[in-house]
Amino acid sequence: MDKTVPNLATAVAGIHDGATVMIGGFGGSGAPIELIHALIDRFRATGHPTGLTVVNNNAGNGHVGLAALIETGMVAKLICSFPRSADPVVFTELYKAGKIELELVPQGTLAERIRAGGAGIPAFYTPTGYGTDLAAGKKIEEFDGRPYVQERWLKADFALVKAERADRMGNLTYRAASRNFGPLMCMAAAETIVQARTVVDPGAIDPEAVVTPGIFVQKIVEVTAPQQEETLNRAGAVH
Amino acid sequence: MSETLSNAQIAWRAAQDIADGAYVNLGIGFPEMVAKFQPPGRQAIFHTENGILNFGEAPAPGEEDWDLINAGKKAVTLKPGAAFFHHADSFAMVRGGHLDVAILGAYQVAETGDLANWSTGPKGVPAVGGAMDLVHGAKRVAVITDHVTKDGKPKLVERCTLPLTGVGCVTRVYTSLAVIDIAGGHFVLREKLPTLSLEALQAQTGAKLYLDGPVADLIVPEI
Repeated sequence: MDKTVPNLATAVAGIHDGATVMIGGFGGSGAPIELIHALIDRFRATGHPTGLTVVNNNAGNGHVGLAALIETGMVAKLICSFPRSADPVVFTELYKAGKIELELVPQGTLAERIRAGGAGIPAFYTPTGYGTDLAAGKKIEEFDGRPYVQERWLKADFALVKAERADRMGNLTYRAASRNFGPLMCMAAAETIVQARTVVDPGAIDPEAVVTPGIFVQKIVEVTAPQQEETLNRAGAVH
Repeated sequence: MSETLSNAQIAWRAAQDIADGAYVNLGIGFPEMVAKFQPPGRQAIFHTENGILNFGEAPAPGEEDWDLINAGKKAVTLKPGAAFFHHADSFAMVRGGHLDVAILGAYQVAETGDLANWSTGPKGVPAVGGAMDLVHGAKRVAVITDHVTKDGKPKLVERCTLPLTGVGCVTRVYTSLAVIDIAGGHFVLREKLPTLSLEALQAQTGAKLYLDGPVADLIVPEI
């Protein structure tokens, strides 16, 4: 079994118009910059994909990565918990102009909705959001005398995730706190596309150390020197 | 002592109530300051939503690792015994009742324990982050805040007028003037600045202050 693909362009070639795409990362930590830029490059060359729904904790920063993806106009809707950043100008302007839809989700609910999507659980109850505007219209049920909000699973057509090491079967490890939403998104997408700093042969990753088992991964591309959003933004980079 | 406590002094006072070994989440911004004022001999374990337990202070400029950040997207370091985990586990720690304390900022706190701290209304881009999750599950949810807004309006009120973060969730408020518990739908005054009369404090508070035993002097070092 070998899930590797030869390059970034091939990795993102199947993402279609109107797709729901989960993108890993929390701010710049874990953001798969090269996969996002490959998707932007494809759009600039072909006009596709467009009308995307993107799931990420944030809305990007500066003019690279997720912010650059939003800036192209490819994203019709963003599902996220915190669309603010040090330099959120791209999302803010499109949002205020009514050119991008926002579904705001509390961060823990976002994580659990993605986990539930990957785990085959269509809905769950959480105390989060009860009595707030973000629970408006949602089913409320009491358990042991406390009210809880029903939340639905979240699934995607594709996930773009950054890993540290991948073996050819798709077993993944992550670096430091960059895993954040990655392991959840790998579970919740029909096709998970991973960029890994190192691709190794099966057996080279200790099974005890595997964070995401390969069953949740469909495509792997090696990106040996991945860029960091924060570093790019400090250098004033624009994609 | 000055007439009101500085943010650092409010943070210092809140830090005195964190036990050795407590698992603590500090909201982004002002609450992060609480970590600086742990009493000698005590070490809390700090949790950040993006998947770290037992992170420490910021690294020296130029030594940042941008895969190692806190919920405020600031670079942090690790202490011995740190752990990484994914977002669903992180919020299991939050909602599952595993954190001892969450300390958050506030726009308004109501005498019912309702908290408003995520939105000032329909203007601008709404952003909630982990605030709505954090107010549920921690054994204690404390707020640190100025006692009144910049234009002098009470932040401690009978009912919040701003969009709620959570209902009936706050148990203690540390302000620039006082330490106040929330119990039985009331603000219960525990400590106040010694130079401040009860009447003057009440005048700056938007709901009735109840007394339950003696009120201690709120004594905080100059910082």
